[in-house]
Amino acid sequence: MANVISDETIEYVGILSKLKLNDEEKERAKKDLEEMLDYIDQLGELDTEGVEPMSHVHPQVNRFREDVVTNGDMREDILANAPEERDGAFVVPRTFD
Amino acid sequence: MELKELTAVELGEKIAAKEVKVREALDSVFAEIDAKESEIHSYITLDRERAYERADRLQQLIDSGECKSPLAGVPVAIKDNMCTKGLLTSCASKILGNFVPTYTATAVERLEAAGAVIVGKTNMDEFAMGSTTETSYYGVTRNPRDTGRVPGGSSGGSAAAVAANECFYALGSDTGGSIRQPAGYCGVVGIKPTYGTVSRYGLIAYGSSLDQIGPLAKDVRDAAAVLEAISAYDEKDSTSLDRKDTSFTAALKEDVKGLRIGIPADYFGEGLDPEVASAVKAAAKALQDAGAVVEEFPLAHVKYAIPAYYTIADAEASSNLERFDGIKYGYRTEDYTDLHDMYKKTRSEGFGTEVKRRIMLGSFVLSSGYYDAYYLKALKVKALIRKAFDEAFAKYDLIIGPVAPTTAPKLGESLSDPMKMYLGDIYTISANLAGIPGLSIPCGKDENGLPIGMQIFGDCFKEDLIFRAAYTYEKIRGKF
Repeated sequence: MANVISDETIEYVGILSKLKLNDEEKERAKKDLEEMLDYIDQLGELDTEGVEPMSHVHPQVNRFREDVVTNGDMREDILANAPEERDGAFVVPRTFD
Repeated sequence: MELKELTAVELGEKIAAKEVKVREALDSVFAEIDAKESEIHSYITLDRERAYERADRLQQLIDSGECKSPLAGVPVAIKDNMCTKGLLTSCASKILGNFVPTYTATAVERLEAAGAVIVGKTNMDEFAMGSTTETSYYGVTRNPRDTGRVPGGSSGGSAAAVAANECFYALGSDTGGSIRQPAGYCGVVGIKPTYGTVSRYGLIAYGSSLDQIGPLAKDVRDAAAVLEAISAYDEKDSTSLDRKDTSFTAALKEDVKGLRIGIPADYFGEGLDPEVASAVKAAAKALQDAGAVVEEFPLAHVKYAIPAYYTIADAEASSNLERFDGIKYGYRTEDYTDLHDMYKKTRSEGFGTEVKRRIMLGSFVLSSGYYDAYYLKALKVKALIRKAFDEAFAKYDLIIGPVAPTTAPKLGESLSDPMKMYLGDIYTISANLAGIPGLSIPCGKDENGLPIGMQIFGDCFKEDLIFRAAYTYEKIRGKF
């Protein structure tokens, strides 16, 4: 069955992805998504009833450690990468008035 | 023999024996770089000045006997998705175009402790998403064996740098074949180890459950020596394994007698170039003649690996790449109205087409209403693929197949049809889903003189058997 991605869906995907798409990009994205989903739908041919989903190949366990600081003060170096900084903090656009 | 033609281990021996100075090794590398880089473009960033400073410091440590590692003084290239303190790490993306890490990836740190000299950071597909190194924001890399062709990807810069003698070995990363496929296209050796063998700390994540760092090298011995140097438990990576069996160079023996080798018949079907098929089969025959027991067998679920992979990898990528928001580091758009507008514009301008395509697919398959049908389904298929390998390794010590369906494609041929590019990953992708190790080694050339790669898989933790078979084959094959 061919997948059809609606305008609403691509709008929603844009929000989830935090991407701003122009009309041309939206059309392209719809086509790409439809094509990929048609392809991924092949997985439906496999009977996975009762199969446990495998997120990691090795058993994963929580590894606890003491909460101690091991790195030194790297504030200057870290802030040097910031697009905008002031008084030792990252500057972001105003989020409320 | 010219210095540049030595392998990393041979060069290390000569440096240790005081026959070659570390500076001379660097001179050789930079002479190749100066002669070839304008055409090949293996590197995004060169670190010439600091490399020479380090060479001088290392020379003292070697002379005084404080640094005795087999790789001491040997120049290395690092893929640009591994953080290097004080050295630009762009991930081949505009969004990280000015990112200077405050720390170094564990794998790179381990090489530095072993006396490696970093030459620079190699080109790659943006965020390791691609199979040709053409999605890099910083321009394409050309295959040194034929400059009209791609080097493969995503570790294409690392593979090209090794093939062009612009370094003595390199680190790459492999999420779906990104070490093994460019190694195959460029005629060098590459290995993706068992998941968890090399720490991912400081590797800019693409698909965290699939990513592994590994070497690209001139021969099997170099690959074993480098992997041995970078394999270690790391408490900074919660998926890192505490392995005791990482003395890979000890496995380099010319002996495959009695090794059971399976050839998946499903890897030799439609879409495989006949020249690639016959070269890989001839290599398997050579191992059979040397005493291995080789037979064909049916491997289940081969065609489901690609759709499962792109679902899982893109889902993880969409989550991993959320952090690039224009606030703490990297590119920020010039012009915006509010916070969310800034996020969206920054990311839309900062990411390339392929990265955006994967983030969108990943966001979609994780979204409410589609999660079970796509993401969870893919994780179940992953379990079935793992089971198929478990069954295969109950019968065989190793599995042999091609690296890619064809030799290196021409530049510009792949990007227009992403689906076709994805299909090229068919033989490499399963190893990442199953977590097993896979090595790529040159096994011949096609009618155009382009390298053909053979892949050797082992079960988890069986790198030793892989290295033994690869080393034996390399001796039979002779110099490539």
